[in-house]
Amino acid sequence: MRELNERTARLRKESFEAEPSISIERALLTTEFYKENEGKYSVPVMRALNFKNLCEKKTIYIGPGELIVGERGEFPKAVSTFPELNCHTAEDFEILDTRPMTHYRVKAGDRELYSEKVIPYWKGRTVRDKIFSNIPEEWMDLYQAGCFTEFMEQRAPGHTALDGAIYEEGLLEKKKKIATAIENLDWMNDPFAAEKREELRAMDIACDASILFAKRHADLAEEMAEAEKDEVRRGELLKIADVCRHVPAHAPRDFHEALQTYWFTHLGTITELNGWDAMSPGHLDIHLAPFYEKGTEEGTLTAEKAKELLSCFWIKVNNTPAPPKVGVTAAESGTYNDFTQINLGGVKADGSDGVSDVSYLILDVLDELQLLQPQVSVHISSKTPDRFLRHACRVMRRGSGYPSAFSSDAVIMEQLGMGKTIEDARTGGTSGCIETGSFGKEAYILHGYLNVPKILELTLNNGVDPLTGKKIGKTTGDPELFKSFSDLYQAFEEQLAYVVDTKIKTDNFIQRMFARYAPAPYLSANIAGCIESGKDYYDGGPRYNTDYIQCCGIGTTTDSLSVLKKHVFEEGAVSMKDLRNALKDDWEGHEELRQFLWNRTPFFGNDDDYADSIMQKVYGSLIDAIDGKNSPKGPTYHVNMLSTTCHIYFGKKLGATPNGRFAFTPESDGTSPSHGADRNGPTAVVKSLSKMDQLKSGGTLLNQRFLPSVLAGEGGLEKMAQLIRTYFTLGGHHIQFNVVDTETLRKAQKNPDDYRGLLVRVAGYSDYFVDLDEHHQEEIIARTAQENF
Amino acid sequence: MELSKNTEGVLFDIKRYSVHDGPGIRTTFFLKGCPLSCWWCHNPEGISPVPVLSWHRNRCIGCGRCIAVCPEGAWSESDGGMVRDASLCRGCRICEERCPTLAIDFADRKITLRELVKEAEKDIPFYDKSGGGVTFSGGEPFMQPEFLLSCLRALKEREISAAVDTSGCAPLDYLLEAAEYADLFLFDLKLADPREHKKYTGVSNGLILSNLVRLDEKIASLGRGGINIRIPLIPGINDSEETLKRLAGIAAELATLTGVNILPYHSIGKGKYRDLGREYKMEGILPPTEQEVERALAVFASRGIKAVKGG
Repeated sequence: MRELNERTARLRKESFEAEPSISIERALLTTEFYKENEGKYSVPVMRALNFKNLCEKKTIYIGPGELIVGERGEFPKAVSTFPELNCHTAEDFEILDTRPMTHYRVKAGDRELYSEKVIPYWKGRTVRDKIFSNIPEEWMDLYQAGCFTEFMEQRAPGHTALDGAIYEEGLLEKKKKIATAIENLDWMNDPFAAEKREELRAMDIACDASILFAKRHADLAEEMAEAEKDEVRRGELLKIADVCRHVPAHAPRDFHEALQTYWFTHLGTITELNGWDAMSPGHLDIHLAPFYEKGTEEGTLTAEKAKELLSCFWIKVNNTPAPPKVGVTAAESGTYNDFTQINLGGVKADGSDGVSDVSYLILDVLDELQLLQPQVSVHISSKTPDRFLRHACRVMRRGSGYPSAFSSDAVIMEQLGMGKTIEDARTGGTSGCIETGSFGKEAYILHGYLNVPKILELTLNNGVDPLTGKKIGKTTGDPELFKSFSDLYQAFEEQLAYVVDTKIKTDNFIQRMFARYAPAPYLSANIAGCIESGKDYYDGGPRYNTDYIQCCGIGTTTDSLSVLKKHVFEEGAVSMKDLRNALKDDWEGHEELRQFLWNRTPFFGNDDDYADSIMQKVYGSLIDAIDGKNSPKGPTYHVNMLSTTCHIYFGKKLGATPNGRFAFTPESDGTSPSHGADRNGPTAVVKSLSKMDQLKSGGTLLNQRFLPSVLAGEGGLEKMAQLIRTYFTLGGHHIQFNVVDTETLRKAQKNPDDYRGLLVRVAGYSDYFVDLDEHHQEEIIARTAQENF
Repeated sequence: MELSKNTEGVLFDIKRYSVHDGPGIRTTFFLKGCPLSCWWCHNPEGISPVPVLSWHRNRCIGCGRCIAVCPEGAWSESDGGMVRDASLCRGCRICEERCPTLAIDFADRKITLRELVKEAEKDIPFYDKSGGGVTFSGGEPFMQPEFLLSCLRALKEREISAAVDTSGCAPLDYLLEAAEYADLFLFDLKLADPREHKKYTGVSNGLILSNLVRLDEKIASLGRGGINIRIPLIPGINDSEETLKRLAGIAAELATLTGVNILPYHSIGKGKYRDLGREYKMEGILPPTEQEVERALAVFASRGIKAVKGG
């Protein structure tokens, strides 16, 4: 880590050390507001007025030395709850406060206050209650068996990023556009004109709310300035007041205002609802570059000052841990990371290279601060200069897992395949972990993970979950009667179609629940298409709409099918009956067979066409089962190949698999090969992955772990950059690295206090190694380490 | 040129993403057999031209499959686990074929020219981006001269850059022909003194040094290619100032020298000796310290040669 200036060092330390806590202020205000106003307004207007009430009354905070201002809670790392979506119980609070990992402190008395003021009102009224009272049994069976997860039962659909529009147009301009849209409503012909007017009115109120929120910060800053003895700080506070009076009402005039504009927009969206993956600034370097150029040319900004402002902004993002879940999942540890992602590099709307001085500055800030959030990705296009990629590799090589690398060209082509214009595709990128979307113009909603190996397990048990003995899948035939691999595969495809369709039917219902009961007028006002169409972000309002189902475990599935194909059907080395018995016994008493299958089968990740062609087949089946399926917004379902950390949960719901994997251990992550199955080095992994037609997906994820010695020196750096470039030339979407040796990770397990700052790549994000539970820790250690050849 | 299925060689390993055997990202083919038997060799399984069994005990689960299948009764079981009587083995390799954990390994794989080229072609995208290619190592690749030259010709025709890592202990004509196709020679020098050389490697260095001079002339006359001198740095054996000076002197004479690599001795190969049931002569010798490596590099620098640590 380089030297930080005094301010940044102190703010960083405070942020790093601050304990995440629960803030019940939002819940109290919301409950009070709903009690008073229930039934008085249309749903969108009610949502907007509630948002405005929050902006008007919530405690605001300006910390010592801060330059960028605004917190979600009363102070850093205080996290709001969202009872109108799902209401924490007193027991949830107890668990969150006391669980050993990723805990959230609950202030004394808050639990009682919540029980008294919040919980009783929301009983039966939350969106979650509305959803779960209408869930069909077959969906519930598959869900409980771990065949898939459901994103929207805990948090609102969110997961988006902004384009450059907020830097070009203030909210007052936006309000004019809303007024015009209301004026232009076609009452004679449009049967939905009334609904649209309510939605547009709601957006208008939400814009006022955001301006009001900024103004309160301006007032507070002025008040603080008056009492401030230090001349320099007084000047800073007055500048903050000036900034907050100007933005977001008007378009920003300088670098400082640009950052504050984004931060107010970010805070607005995460106050309005608890959308998945918070909010992201998208191509921050491209958005900030004009302000940086102007400031440095006029002499009002220096690189040092820009870096300081960026660092202050960084710390703000780090101050917003993810809102904790409710229900049984509260007992499991998760991550504090709320997945805000900054894209660097890439291309501009006109196709020119997006790298600027600001891109390098942001990489430096990332490297110097070593914080959990925000995460950074570099987007490498054919136009990206090698020196930028090398600089990014230098940061990656330090081991924190940041930044990850994306192929800008692939991300653009994926979007063209989904029917976007070239400009909208170029201004798009990735958010969340690795998910592709058109920034500022699209709702690309995650619907949950799909446990593909579990579907194979159901196939091998004729629709019965062997872990519970319950029939939850489709009757696809007694596997011992299958005559050929294609019989088996056909059964697998039928089972897959059944599970996917069951999920989609209910997901479409859930989508409507959000559109009806939890519209997001503030978010909608910031996404192109919503004002024009008069429709909410959740109601198909944005210019583009995509629904992703994230498919997990393609490595485990491929390897297991490879075993079945080769050893059961082609060579007869083992009968289906014996294999099924071994799986039932979790390989106990069958170690020789397990070793034989594990060592003598072509596996995915070795550039071996036998296995890779099976992967292609499975991938094709996933596309067939999901792509273009209808949602209420049209044929919007698409495949995504992300697992985040769900491959660990799914593994716990999965018995032994034919590839030699033991029951309840993790599945393969993302689109990576199974742990230890790739034995021919990283180029073979990359080649295998490149046989997947990744451009048909909304994103893939490849984890590579390297021992530091492999990437040492300038030569090691070059080869890392070349590996990335080559993968992208071959059509790869994303690759990320953990550069850390096993010994260090073992030491960190033993002495967590000595390694509190050790960041490692988990999935599409990094996390503190010592904050991961033991399963996650072991999973990372188990990733094949590419050694020095 | 059509690739013959009949031209066949023997490998003991293939490594992709090889980053220390020449420039860029490379695929290295390890050809079996070597006329030298250096004490410090870290690929001892590659020395013998015939299959030799390595038994990776850490992989063995004691399932007894080898006992069941061995027609000679070479495998048996005792309290401590598996026991092997090497004198009974006739090299039928059935145990290798049937071992479920790959614990039994004869490190000997036949490969046709056609298969080798296909394997080499797999990483072309990486060679292109990194300026890499294929390296033939060993063993001593010139122990299979016809096969090696066929490979080099085939790769040259396909514009895949190739390097040959050699001990230099081979008939001169083969070396000179290889120079027509290879872009780089990684030429190993161990010791300058012929008697010492004989003691530690099993052969004298007369032929090696004269070959080096002739190869250098040939490459110079071709006007393309080059020689990288590679020196394993082994404390107590070749790290004296005098030895290093003499080696630097040899390198300095070369017209086509493209670099000198000082490869610090390491003991990673030790386990392989145990697996082969062979004595490890380097017991007690530690890898050189950073300072010792620096000192060696300085000797070369004093002769105007920029030597680097590592491959």
